[in-house]
Amino acid sequence: MKVASVLRLTAVVLLVLFIAMPQAFAFLFEPLTDNRAPAIYNQGSLLFLTLQHLRTVALATLASTVLAVALGIFVTRPSGAEFLPLSRSLVNIGQTFPPIAVLAIAVPLVGFGEKPTFIALFLYGLLPIFENTLTGLTQVSPQTLEAARGMGMNARQRLFQVELPLAFPVILAGIRLSVIISLGTATIGSTVAAKGLGEVIIAGLQSNNIAFVLQGGLVVALLAILIHDGLGLIERFAARKLGRSTDEVP
Amino acid sequence: MLPPRPAFSLDRLGSVIAILIGIALFAAPFATYRATRIASGEARLLIEALPISMGAVVAAVALGVAVGSVLVREPLGRLGLAVIGLAILLPSLGLSAGFLTPAGNSFARVSPSLGFWLLALSFSLLAIDAFARMKLDPYGRLAALAAGVSALAFLLVSGIWDDLSILKEYHTRADSFWREARQHLLLAFGSMAAACLVGIPLGIAGHRMRTLRTAVLQGLSIVQTIPSIALFGLLMAPLGAIAASVPLAAALGIRGIGATPAFIALFLYALLPIVANTIAGLNQVPAAVVDAARGMGMSARQRLMQIEMPLALPVILAGIRIVLVQNLGLATVAALIGGGGFGSFVFQGIGQTAIDLVLLGAIPTVGLSFAASIILDSLVDIAKGALA
Repeated sequence: MKVASVLRLTAVVLLVLFIAMPQAFAFLFEPLTDNRAPAIYNQGSLLFLTLQHLRTVALATLASTVLAVALGIFVTRPSGAEFLPLSRSLVNIGQTFPPIAVLAIAVPLVGFGEKPTFIALFLYGLLPIFENTLTGLTQVSPQTLEAARGMGMNARQRLFQVELPLAFPVILAGIRLSVIISLGTATIGSTVAAKGLGEVIIAGLQSNNIAFVLQGGLVVALLAILIHDGLGLIERFAARKLGRSTDEVP
Repeated sequence: MLPPRPAFSLDRLGSVIAILIGIALFAAPFATYRATRIASGEARLLIEALPISMGAVVAAVALGVAVGSVLVREPLGRLGLAVIGLAILLPSLGLSAGFLTPAGNSFARVSPSLGFWLLALSFSLLAIDAFARMKLDPYGRLAALAAGVSALAFLLVSGIWDDLSILKEYHTRADSFWREARQHLLLAFGSMAAACLVGIPLGIAGHRMRTLRTAVLQGLSIVQTIPSIALFGLLMAPLGAIAASVPLAAALGIRGIGATPAFIALFLYALLPIVANTIAGLNQVPAAVVDAARGMGMSARQRLMQIEMPLALPVILAGIRIVLVQNLGLATVAALIGGGGFGSFVFQGIGQTAIDLVLLGAIPTVGLSFAASIILDSLVDIAKGALA
């Protein structure tokens, strides 16, 4: 664990330093450029692009979480049970759609820019969260629910005080998966002119500047790894907390 | 588990489908007409998009399906409704294209519009729900897939759809379509095969050595976290350097851009599901079975090949399913770095704002992943059945 923490901290510090003052690292990327091409991305601030990238991902994930959890709750209630088999199949089918296809199909409908990226992130982000909400809610044991009913809880209380808290770690795992997929899709979103870190890579590919491609790739990769790692920590914390609180119940 | 139903009740899913069909028929255009490939579209309602008698038939069938989906509850009956609906709807799209295109005009483009998509969606939802409730065995699912593919192939080969914009797009670039298709399959299946060759032995070793297992799984899960385009980018620099300094590598076609970094990236992404599932598959082999095999005098190699691997097969196949669906999708992104594949059409289409070109790349990709997932899911179930 010690080594992991040191690595984590180093990665965070390096990433923040690079995003905040990329010029300080120019010497590392200069050998990769030729014909005195710029070594550091110069068509926009890395900090701005990173924040924009994170904003898109955060907004889309928030929207898909709200809808996916609501849908997951709906199809596991008696009134929505007729939709359960269909929704399971739809999630399976939906996941065979590559994110890039969703992105590309959204462009002709809503035009270039943030909108198609947001739509693709939102739609694609629904799937893992919905799937995990279903798993989380359906794996709550019937005995637990029966006990809650015996204690005089009504359906709403059972949902909010028993089912959702028990399903929380699994839902969180779905959100994490969704965030990671969204970070990648948002990068590809730069091909449809959305502001984000993909811009650096695409600019590098277009001007044949390996330095841009490498720094864009490094920033996106580190960001994804760190966010994945951070959300994993939260997940473990939630699971531990849950473990303790159920232990306290006699 | 469902609460008892009142004697007469409307099916909820059926009602949603009926509403969708109603919107599609009365409030949405059936087809879009464009004077040229990139001109903006003009909407055509169902009555304008087809000869009046044909339009009436489509509307009548769709209304029939709508009513039926509310009243019919048996999965088989619902599937029948969906099949009838699709059997009328899909050819009528081709007729509409022929009807709307002025004779001899090769610039005009007709493509399906919201109304068509909603109808197709409603009928498909009905079919998917019916399939989900019928719980077909793997052979039944494969047969259904084969029937669907044959119907689609018939529509494509018969020329009914030839006046549709996406097929006009295809006919002007049929050569490059099949070239990119080959490249796409080569990338997806080739990297999967390479990942199996490396990943399964690695999984077997990881099953036996705990330290190796943790290191490999952690490393691979980090790789899996890196977005595809970033990983392509990260591989370009070292591969470019190798190509520049090692003439043999360059002669073999290893370059910073193109198919090589794409292939390596797909290979790296594919390793985690294969290694992890090989380990998981071997772990769930009951220790008693392995002991019994040892007692029978089987050598370690015999135990592995005759007992452990066959028992782990369904789980390993499940890993291969994940990899194949993932690779078929990710191979689209390879086009960004010159790796070819169906993504070339997608990105060209985005560049030219030509939606037909985008769909020419996207639809085969989605179709392939969909078919691959059904086939491998069935294989997993067949392998499980063989063990039981």
